[in-house]
Amino acid sequence: MKIVAICGAGIGSSGILKVNAERVLQRLGLEAEVSAVHLASLQRDAAGAQIILTSPEFVEAIGKTNADIIVVHNYFDTNELSEKLEAALG
Amino acid sequence: MSLPPIPAEAIALDVVASDWRSAVRAGGAALTRAGIAKASYADEMVRMIEEHGPYVVIAPGLALAHARPGPEVLREGVSVVTLQTPVTFGHPYNDPVSVVLSLAVVSADAHIALVAELANIFNDSDAIAGLTGATSVAEVQRIMGVAE
Repeated sequence: MKIVAICGAGIGSSGILKVNAERVLQRLGLEAEVSAVHLASLQRDAAGAQIILTSPEFVEAIGKTNADIIVVHNYFDTNELSEKLEAALG
Repeated sequence: MSLPPIPAEAIALDVVASDWRSAVRAGGAALTRAGIAKASYADEMVRMIEEHGPYVVIAPGLALAHARPGPEVLREGVSVVTLQTPVTFGHPYNDPVSVVLSLAVVSADAHIALVAELANIFNDSDAIAGLTGATSVAEVQRIMGVAE
């Protein structure tokens, strides 16, 4: 399974999403490749992704996609991330 | 693995900022004082938010200001600014912001270890409140898990 975390720079915030998503997935016993991507390279890097993790600002810019978009409010709240990932993968 | 050292020059407490731009610029100024980034890096951090919106407010009360790696970055590092009065960035859930972390990295690949360390610190929900109430540089360094 492929998951991408998206932010404006592809560093910083998306990096934190990547790190915390990997921790949560491991705790849930799920295997996935998670990458941090910036908006400009989204089309190339998000191809085939099942889930896109991002913040509210980017939903519109991401546009049409086959992936499930998960909007994360608090990037440091692994419980929020865990619930939303479980719901999407459930 | 811990964060790179956060010298006193990279920490500013009780900063008076009239709006999010001046809060982010205070973070950039701290990076410059510490020799982490050139003064123009602050412009880049502001521009990222102007371009993409307030997504840098990644948790309640906390902004992680950053721009892309580039010639403005002198070395990898973080600055910590706390605000005397919180400012709003226009974020739908996490305003107002009391703590601005500013991040400078030299490459996208190399920064994952650094943000993993930030996650270690801030996944503890007490860390933001601790920084907001910090009254000394040493207290900030203790919360951030770094020596001077």
